[in-house]
Amino acid sequence: MKTIYFDNNATTKVAEEVLDVINPFFCELYGNPSSMHTFGGQISHKIRDAREQVTALLGCDPAEIIFTSCGTESDNAAIRSTLAAYPQRRKIITTRVEHPAVLTVCRELENHGYTIVELAVDKKGQLDLAELEEKLDDDTAIVSIMYANNETGVIFPIDKIAEMVADKGIVFHTDAVQVVGKIPLNLSKSNIDLLSLSGHKLHGPKGVGVLYVRKGTRLTPFMQGGHQEAGRRAGTENVPGIVGLGKACELAGQNIEEENKKVKFLRDKLENALLQSCPDSRLNGDKDNRLPNTTNISFEFIEGEAILLMLDKFGICASSGSACTSGSLEPSHVLRAMGVPFTAAHGSIRFSLSRYNTEEEVDFTIEKLPGIINRLRELSPFVAK
Amino acid sequence: MWDYTDKVKDHFFNPRNVGEIENPDGVGEVGSLACGDALKLTFKLDKNGKIIDAKFKTFGCASAIATSSVLTEMIKGLTLQEAAKITNKDIADYLGGLPEQKMHCSVMGREGLEAAIENHRTGGKKKHEIQGNVVCSCFGVTDKEIERVIRENNLTTVEQVTNYCKAGGGCGGCQGEIEKLIEKIHGDKIKEITPPVPRIGGKLKNIQKIQLIQQTINDQIRPALRAHGGDIELIDVEGNKVIVAFRGMCAQCRLTEFTIKDVVEAKLREFVSKDLFVEEDKDSANQPHNHRE
Repeated sequence: MKTIYFDNNATTKVAEEVLDVINPFFCELYGNPSSMHTFGGQISHKIRDAREQVTALLGCDPAEIIFTSCGTESDNAAIRSTLAAYPQRRKIITTRVEHPAVLTVCRELENHGYTIVELAVDKKGQLDLAELEEKLDDDTAIVSIMYANNETGVIFPIDKIAEMVADKGIVFHTDAVQVVGKIPLNLSKSNIDLLSLSGHKLHGPKGVGVLYVRKGTRLTPFMQGGHQEAGRRAGTENVPGIVGLGKACELAGQNIEEENKKVKFLRDKLENALLQSCPDSRLNGDKDNRLPNTTNISFEFIEGEAILLMLDKFGICASSGSACTSGSLEPSHVLRAMGVPFTAAHGSIRFSLSRYNTEEEVDFTIEKLPGIINRLRELSPFVAK
Repeated sequence: MWDYTDKVKDHFFNPRNVGEIENPDGVGEVGSLACGDALKLTFKLDKNGKIIDAKFKTFGCASAIATSSVLTEMIKGLTLQEAAKITNKDIADYLGGLPEQKMHCSVMGREGLEAAIENHRTGGKKKHEIQGNVVCSCFGVTDKEIERVIRENNLTTVEQVTNYCKAGGGCGGCQGEIEKLIEKIHGDKIKEITPPVPRIGGKLKNIQKIQLIQQTINDQIRPALRAHGGDIELIDVEGNKVIVAFRGMCAQCRLTEFTIKDVVEAKLREFVSKDLFVEEDKDSANQPHNHRE
């Protein structure tokens, strides 16, 4: 059975081109870039090239890029390093819809005496910027707000937010893991101080990420040890990962237009067809300010895990915000923060596409899903005959 | 990804006896949309008082659907007396087992069956009523229901109770109460299984004790309170007296007395020293709240 992969916000396929450039770094070019000999030393040039490929995509300077082990490390480092650099400030502002890589860190810091402000979102999943403005004060060490939400794809007005935060002289971090490679960025023209990205979300390998640190941003190293990454992130470089991420960024830059046209076309086709063919379905999130690849649809009166398993039988991979799939007993914190009723939150399905998806795959899903929904509704006590 | 047995998958993909019986002899409705799963079970009796037909409608995940489906298979041909003996464990066993976190589906099946039998006995008038006092307000689970799953499945930890009936799986505020129910049922037996050993053996130095108290509050107590919009602060330690202040919602909560006695004290005794006792600092309770905004 062919796999139809619509779960690209979870992880993506490594691009063949990326795999090709990574391969030699295991058995041939395995030297340590910090070594004095040519064999190892030549590797540092490869890392330099990768750094330049990343900067080309982000629109920043190579010195502003720190390679990390993943998006979660970048988020942890951004928050904890900033707090260490501003020990007198005791407040963190974030949102209720952040990824756990930020939210869990903040809630843990609350145990250590920090005050955490979690900004609310409206039913479209958007922030009230007046509320943010009101909360910014001299005690605020860092504001950490995601660029786009992983579950709904909702994009926050980050440039505007960064400007507001910068006006108060506060450090601004954004988790852009879902955004890099999907929408164009130019960090040299924004007020973002810190930005996290992850390799495996843009067809690069797992186990590599980046923390962008704007020049002049105060930062106390999060990982200590050797002098790698100019002393800002110790640990021998994940050379294959870094080289692969560089290539993935280069490809993303080339494909970003396609991402916004072809992928968006496929997403819209899927979304419109499903909303039309399945009664009692609804779109979650801000339709106008969204990633081009993501749609989050709730099918009322039925449960997400059951839908996923039925889709799985056809080889279709998606994800759900239902309680049963989250491993907890409560449905998605993002949908709950948006005030999505329980009836809809339990039956929410996220489809996240990539440039590797085809129209045939979308058509196949459009053909199969209404039958699944009907079948589960026949089982549901909440649907009248 | 859940590890379902082939039997669970079979009953999920090919559910038996779906629907509602017209003019049934018994109807059981349990669960709700909010909770994430719900079951409506109907059955018909033959002239000998045996279940001749049973049908179900279920909202829920794959294991909820599979559980309901096997339940209808299991009860057909049984008298109501025989059917009433089916436990959630029987249902789970019939399926070749369920993942631990999904055991609550089997409990829902048993509850639905009971509700239907009760409905029949009361002449089709009475719907299933909640018995006992609500312990978990997130999922509306009572002490009676919790005690029953503990007994029938020989549960010894709060986590297991959550897996079996969801209680304690929302905000976590009732976990202290669940622990007490476990202790009540297993009595001394539970002590043998999980003795509350202080983390550090021997006599604690004062500074170590204070640090351990702070750590226990951070790791064990605060998360539950915070889920209710409250917070706790360690004010002072005088010998074995631990003085704490409650913030936010907890400060005005009528259950404050209960929270101190049963949760904070129990946790501190478990993790630090069994000699500790807790007092609330009343003055601090009147200070401005610093709960999460």
